[in-house]
Amino acid sequence: MIRLNQLTKRYGRFTAVDKIDLEVPSGELFGFLGPNGAGKTTTFRMIAGILRPTSGTVEVGGIDINRRPLEAKARLGFIPDRPFVYDKLTGAEFLRFAAALYGQQGVVVERRIDELLELFELSRWKNELTESYSHGMRQKLIISGALVHRPEVIVVDEPMVGLDPRSARLLKDLFRQFVNRGGTVLMSTHTLEVAETMCDRIAILHGGRIVASGNMSELQEQTSSEDLGLEDVFLKLTGGMREHQLDTILDA
Amino acid sequence: MSRPSPVQPHLWTLLTPKWRSALVRSREERADSRGRFLLLGFIALLFWIAVFGIAFRVLRYFRSVEEIGNLMAGKVLGVILLAFLSILLLSNIITALSTFFLAKDLDLLVAAPVGGVRLYLAKLAETIVHSSWMVALLALPIFTAYGIVYSGGLLYPFVALAAFIPFLILPAVAGTALTLVLVNVFPARRTRELLGLIATGAVVIVVVSLRFLRPEQLAQPEGFRNLVEYLAVLRTPTSTFLPSEWTASMVMNWLLRVADPWPVAKLWGAAAVAVTLGALLHGQLYSLGFSKAQEGAERKVRRPLRGPLSRLLRSQPASRREFILKDLRLFFRDNTQWSQLILLAVLLMVYLFNIQSLPLHSGERVPFRLVTLISFLNLGLAGFVLAAVAARFVFPAISLEGRQMWLLRSSPLDPRAMLWSKYWLGTVPLLLLALIITIFTNWLLHVSGFMMAVAVGTIVLYTLAASALALSFGALYPQFGTENAAQIPTSFGGLVYMMSSLSLLALIIMIEAGPVTEYLRNQRHAEQPVGLTVQLVTAGAAVVLICVAATIFPLRLGLRRIEMMEW
Repeated sequence: MIRLNQLTKRYGRFTAVDKIDLEVPSGELFGFLGPNGAGKTTTFRMIAGILRPTSGTVEVGGIDINRRPLEAKARLGFIPDRPFVYDKLTGAEFLRFAAALYGQQGVVVERRIDELLELFELSRWKNELTESYSHGMRQKLIISGALVHRPEVIVVDEPMVGLDPRSARLLKDLFRQFVNRGGTVLMSTHTLEVAETMCDRIAILHGGRIVASGNMSELQEQTSSEDLGLEDVFLKLTGGMREHQLDTILDA
Repeated sequence: MSRPSPVQPHLWTLLTPKWRSALVRSREERADSRGRFLLLGFIALLFWIAVFGIAFRVLRYFRSVEEIGNLMAGKVLGVILLAFLSILLLSNIITALSTFFLAKDLDLLVAAPVGGVRLYLAKLAETIVHSSWMVALLALPIFTAYGIVYSGGLLYPFVALAAFIPFLILPAVAGTALTLVLVNVFPARRTRELLGLIATGAVVIVVVSLRFLRPEQLAQPEGFRNLVEYLAVLRTPTSTFLPSEWTASMVMNWLLRVADPWPVAKLWGAAAVAVTLGALLHGQLYSLGFSKAQEGAERKVRRPLRGPLSRLLRSQPASRREFILKDLRLFFRDNTQWSQLILLAVLLMVYLFNIQSLPLHSGERVPFRLVTLISFLNLGLAGFVLAAVAARFVFPAISLEGRQMWLLRSSPLDPRAMLWSKYWLGTVPLLLLALIITIFTNWLLHVSGFMMAVAVGTIVLYTLAASALALSFGALYPQFGTENAAQIPTSFGGLVYMMSSLSLLALIIMIEAGPVTEYLRNQRHAEQPVGLTVQLVTAGAAVVLICVAATIFPLRLGLRRIEMMEW
């Protein structure tokens, strides 16, 4: 379970995240949408305990991450938007290290590493340095890193970037099964079809605030656009394309 | 649809993002902390005054010596510039690899219709600025001292500048060309590591040859058979075909009012020819080299590093153990990192060799005062070496986590465990080094058992504190953006750390020197064994207290900083 209470982040005079309230219960896959610069990544980094909120609280599994960070983080698997890993570690060494950060070691971890590498088709590269990995392979490695310690909650920022269709499909199935088993997933994506098909509920963030949230029919209701799909709802809430501007640019 | 060839962007346009970024960065840093900026300015000023003061005194002395003085001044300038030239060449080779092949803006520039010559000149200018600014700053007080001592006149700054600019261009062109060729042979990532080794090897050769050639003999004319032989050595140019000699000649000719256009012609002519040839070579090789630079990451692991070490750390919790193993793996798999150890070993050898060559026990009776002075000087030097080693290896520890910090911060790893691992991983080898240096040099100096105990005790306490200071200042002034670990200690934080640790060292020596010397003197003259004096015990207690405080407080400060860090 994730609970955000009046979560705010300011950088000087600029407010990146503005008093967000949100609750994602166990067994739910929640989508976090918004245009570039809406505050999605900042929110996720606060949930992961990487950024400290200016005000407000974050609870992971009912534990305040700023008051009891180690306990809260032990329940969390975070997948950032940019897959930075240690270049001079092999894939297996990276996963072993990631597991150790959560206090896990031994035969169970080794078996889990093999399973995850097998699942993401990285077994061949298990003992090769990650500096030789492609973007997609690194992405799959950090996803494995977030799963290696069996988290209760996964916070994932733009998971599909760099993944081939096969891996993207695998990830969708994985997240769905994870929530079916009682886990919680909070996911941001720019691929609205993915959000529409995968997520139980969605929040749309704009200018650091949640401007609408709920399941698809609730979003349609909130925007008085009963017949529209998620893309149109999203554009309606965040300011759609102006056709005359396109004309000006293309005709120039 | 055919389009006319696009108008080439101005060279200045290509450089605009660079200087604008530098400007914004400096504004941001200034806004962040005006005090920091003032402190940096003050340190720079102090440094310049010190270099200028030394150069001024030496040159004034040379000037007062008939006949030989001016020759010596020219020779010294030539030697200084030769040292600069070798530094510049190495620095340019390594910088060119980043600016021409690995920089983030290259995708944009190479994909744009920018002509090869423009790109070459823009990147050459960038390389010169990056690789030469430190040398230029160091040269400024030296050239100023020459101008003042030899009354260079109002035009002298322009002459010095005219001599120095081609001096900077030539090694940049040479370094860039060498890098261009190397990248065409090896992929850029491998080349960077290879260059790390080449650079280390070159520095090792320079240091060892300088040490064993004993340049100080030049300052001891009595070592030569006669004055004519000495003068002949002074008059012979050190390196006729090198720009350092031409620059030195151009400057000295102006200062001694000698009308000789040759050095000017050689410098500027060579610079023009070099840039032209460099541009031609760039045109031929760059495209293929840039393409190869995008390839070639290392795949296979050379040292898996499990087994014995893992067993040794068995008693530690999993997170701590894997953290230490991870840091060791990253260190030993990165050629640019571990190769520094070779350099360290060579410097250590030279240091020990110097101590052994001291004429303290060559038959003559040396005053007691001098032996004690040298013992403390040795303690100071050993402390300095340790502070510098900690700056190179311990200070960057937090910064090197850099872009991977998301993993550590989002995990339940206790920041204390991280700090603890990094502290001991840096401190244990440092302690070993400290003990080797101190015990061995004091043994070479034939110091008394008491002095040996003082030196060993002091160096152990100091090492614990210096390592804590290095790690904590590294956390207080992290450099997460940097791709080159060697650049991290040269940052503002590195400077502040060096100042702090050296101040601590000076304080310790000041506290100990008086009572220890007094005690040794009493012991020397007494017939019975002398007991410990109150002053000695007080000084010892003060040193222990100061070192413990200098270990604990910075570590706490560093921990708090790590806990507050945001990414």
